[in-house]
Amino acid sequence: MKEAATTSPFLTYILALPEILLVVGAMILLMVGAFRGERSANAISWAAVVLLLLAAVFVLLLPAKGKVLFDGAFIVDSFGRFMKVLTLIGSAAAIVMSFDYMRRARLEKFEYPILILLATAGMMMMISANDLIALYLGLEVQSLALYVIAAFRTDSVRSSEAGLKYFVLGALSSGMLLYGCSLIYGFTGTTGFPGIAAAATLGQTNLGLIFGLVFFLAGLAFKVSAVPFHMWTPDVYEGAPTPVTAFFAAAPKVAAMAMFLRAVLSAFPEITPQWQQIVVFISIASMILGAFAAIGQTDIKRLMAYSSIGHMGFALVGLAAGNAAGAQAVIIYLTIYLVMNLGVFACILSMRRSDGMVEDIDELAGLSRNNPMMAFLLAMLLFSLAGIPPLAGFFAKFYVFLAAINAGLYTLAVIGVLSSVVGAYYYLRIVKIMYFDEPAEEFEAMPGKLQAILGVSGALVTLYFFYPAPLVSAASAAAKSLF
Amino acid sequence: MYYAIVFLPLAGALIAGFFGRLIGARASEVITSAFLVLAAVLSWLAFFQVGLGGQDARIEIFRWVTSGELQVSWALRIDTLTAVMLVVVNSISSLVHIYSIGYMSHDPHRPRFFAYLSLFTFAMLMLVTSDNFLQMFFGWEGVGLMSYLLIGFWYQKPEANAAAIKAFVVNRVGDFGFALGIFAIFYIFGAIQFDTVFAAAPDQVGKTFKFLNWEVDVLTAICLLLFMGAMGKSAQFLLHTWLPDAMEGPTPVSALIHAATMVTAGVFMVARLSPLFEFSPTALGVVTFVGATTAFFAATVGLVQNDIKRVVAYSTCSQLGYMFVAIGVGAYAAGIFHLFTHAFFKALLFLGSGSVIHALHDEQDMRHMGGLRKVLPYTWIAMLVGTLALTGFPFLAGYYSKDAIIEAAFVAQSGVSSYAFVLTVFAALLTSFYSWRLMFMTFHGKNRSEPEVFKKAHESPLIILIPLALLVVGSICAGFLFKDMFIDKGYEAFWRTSLFTLPSNNIIHDLHDVPDMVKFSPAIMMATGFLVALLFYKITPAAPANLADAFRPIYLFLLNKWYFDELYDAIFTKPAMRIGRFLWKKGDGATIDGLGPDGVATRVLDVTRGMIRLQSGYVYHYAFAMLIGVALLATYFMFAPGASQ
Repeated sequence: MKEAATTSPFLTYILALPEILLVVGAMILLMVGAFRGERSANAISWAAVVLLLLAAVFVLLLPAKGKVLFDGAFIVDSFGRFMKVLTLIGSAAAIVMSFDYMRRARLEKFEYPILILLATAGMMMMISANDLIALYLGLEVQSLALYVIAAFRTDSVRSSEAGLKYFVLGALSSGMLLYGCSLIYGFTGTTGFPGIAAAATLGQTNLGLIFGLVFFLAGLAFKVSAVPFHMWTPDVYEGAPTPVTAFFAAAPKVAAMAMFLRAVLSAFPEITPQWQQIVVFISIASMILGAFAAIGQTDIKRLMAYSSIGHMGFALVGLAAGNAAGAQAVIIYLTIYLVMNLGVFACILSMRRSDGMVEDIDELAGLSRNNPMMAFLLAMLLFSLAGIPPLAGFFAKFYVFLAAINAGLYTLAVIGVLSSVVGAYYYLRIVKIMYFDEPAEEFEAMPGKLQAILGVSGALVTLYFFYPAPLVSAASAAAKSLF
Repeated sequence: MYYAIVFLPLAGALIAGFFGRLIGARASEVITSAFLVLAAVLSWLAFFQVGLGGQDARIEIFRWVTSGELQVSWALRIDTLTAVMLVVVNSISSLVHIYSIGYMSHDPHRPRFFAYLSLFTFAMLMLVTSDNFLQMFFGWEGVGLMSYLLIGFWYQKPEANAAAIKAFVVNRVGDFGFALGIFAIFYIFGAIQFDTVFAAAPDQVGKTFKFLNWEVDVLTAICLLLFMGAMGKSAQFLLHTWLPDAMEGPTPVSALIHAATMVTAGVFMVARLSPLFEFSPTALGVVTFVGATTAFFAATVGLVQNDIKRVVAYSTCSQLGYMFVAIGVGAYAAGIFHLFTHAFFKALLFLGSGSVIHALHDEQDMRHMGGLRKVLPYTWIAMLVGTLALTGFPFLAGYYSKDAIIEAAFVAQSGVSSYAFVLTVFAALLTSFYSWRLMFMTFHGKNRSEPEVFKKAHESPLIILIPLALLVVGSICAGFLFKDMFIDKGYEAFWRTSLFTLPSNNIIHDLHDVPDMVKFSPAIMMATGFLVALLFYKITPAAPANLADAFRPIYLFLLNKWYFDELYDAIFTKPAMRIGRFLWKKGDGATIDGLGPDGVATRVLDVTRGMIRLQSGYVYHYAFAMLIGVALLATYFMFAPGASQ
């Protein structure tokens, strides 16, 4: 439990400055866009990137010590700091990656960066939420923006379908979440996490509270697209415009997982055995489904959807451990996952020929001869996603499995390792297609922004093992603040 | 000098093998042949130095293996036995090299061929100069490998590949025994140097060891195991099947490896190990028995073969049997003497056959020859001399050595040696018959080849004829020139300690005093064989066919080589193939792959298909899945014991 003193109003707003910055900035940019029209889209996008990075700087300047604001609804601590920076970087990178695509698709609308800003503000709320109501507010701010972004390509039926599906199912999951929250409130008498933690102790738990927990976790699992609440993911990933998919796969996943972590660890520490069973179940289901279902995919975006389902399963392995080491492992996992995904999507966004984007895996055939650098970096990223040493993805998996083993969750760890073996197949298949198949037609040259992102991501993934200490220690500090 | 003798062929092989493409085929031929000729000349020098001058030598090259009790050096052991082998190997090899320049002139892979030939020679020299069992085994396997490579030299021919593999596999069976023998020697004696082992051998007489509750005489067991290796390499009865098939290789190879040198390695090995074999009468009896059986068996098969090279091959097999008979009855010198003379005339016969085959553009079937005397006069003379020498015509090479063996078998006076005597005498008759049959079918009578081919047939070039001429000289002179040294008055002075005989063994002296009937029996047999052949193939050409019809089962039995190939095929090859196929299909394919990688992969794909079907695209399905998930979890917590308090 946190011992956080209430703060003066002025300090409160200072501590919430990153969120305020984003929201106010989004309003201003909206005004600018509304008055200047479509021409300003490019400038607004850059402004949004700057705003996100500025917010990240502010977040870093905040004190590391835990502070509770707004009557306990909002918490600022080093866990939040870490995850917020990660989310902000993910959002900024998503905007940077979208420029070229949007221009070619004639989608240069100023609403896009603004929606991302708003979604990101929602994510920051989610990360810092220390109360069921604050959590729900952040979640809805984020989700509403995401529904719109998914359907952003209004002239495409598939994009609209993706947005609609996401919205309908998202509404359902919000309903479950709310129902769970109301049950929890009903049985504990409070919405604040510390209060719930005090009330929900082992001796006094009853089935009502557990039911509430089940519904609550179902809602959270939907956001991290864990099985069986994942069904929207492949369709939305495939239908949404590719930069949107890239965004979906990165920042919102990190934020949702951070929210998941904080909610279960700080609101239900006393009934860990209960939520642990749920987490183990959805973790196993996600890992297995992610590994098996991806094998049959031919569309690379769909494949990445299943990949992200699987990876969320692996991250949940760390959470299932239910201790600081597990939380630290999850934080590291999410960081590396974000980096890998941004790099892979930079490659997917470069799969363009003169007649438009292609998404079929076979189109990558012979990439090693047409574009050896891109093929090499993509191969490294895929090896890393598969968890092959000495790449970063291996360490990510290593930490979560280690945490699970130390917590005595042997079955979970073994199933995880086995499913990562199955999962390795589809990553390696792409590498095989790139290196050993007869070359397909060449892609257009890779835009500079994508090159930069791919380069940074590839370098981080390949060279991580030289100097893992900064990430490990930062994650350790962040994890400690949850306990 | 000994370094040069042993390592010149190696140098030639390395040059031709690695730089053959660079320096060209002609240069490879000249270099390897020149090195071999030099080595041959030096070998003769060494022969006189050691044999007459008595200068034995032991040259240590370097330490090879030092492991606990096992101390092995590379060393050259030069005594009379080695010197004789050096002469045989290097002389024949150099002649074959020269001959091959002409014979292989149309082959595109000549550098490889000459490299193999020279490397073979080197391995053979390692074998005959070995100072310990391990080095001998090295040479032994080296010649086996080169034999495999040279039989399969024309690797485009499936028969050649099959024959090469057969030779290798059958030799493995023998080598298995040889290797076990070496292990046994190390186990019993604690060393594998010849000198150490020989010195300790008398102490082991009568000692036994237990094997499967069965008292086995130590020396007999060792000797029989070693002899098993000799049987494989020297193509003795039961392990002979590879030698006729080995004729798929180029003819010079047959002459060098499968007549004059490598196949005699078994004889050499037993002679070299005479200090062991002398103490085991049982083993010597086995050697005699196997040798006599082979001599007879191979001769009978040779009667009816139609491939000119196969006739000579069975003849080789038969003559090797003679050598083992000599060794088995204790007349080691007679065996080595026959080895020495046989090398000349058998190489001559092979190279002569090669000349015929060359003239007729690779025709090997004698039924398609005939009347070649006029066309190939020099080859005819060479073959005639070879045949006379083989059949034991007085004063030619084979006369002295073969008769000595038959006499030795008579003198030995034991049950098994009587058996050997009868069979070898009878085999002499058969030898004479098939040799003359070959001569008549090939060179006399009417031409039966395609007129086109016959018209184009021509005498071979000088480079082929010169080696033949030298071998003719050898076949004529090798007998009476060296008789004294090898098996007569100069015996003790010549061999000294290189061949060991017990004090009671005086067979070499005794064999000169045999009844006249025994002395003349080979000559009578030879004459009879000649007359029968003359009758069958010159005077009444219909007789062989009538005879074959009259005794059809016997004819077929011989023609099919006593059905050994079929027998082995049924006993070993087919079951092995069946077991292999079973293990492959059922064991590896169905069980290991099926339950392992393939099975798992298939199940994975099944699971994948099922999961993809779940992803129907309908929102209500998705919503249903979510609700089912929640319901499952809630139900679990309601009913699972201990899930909630």
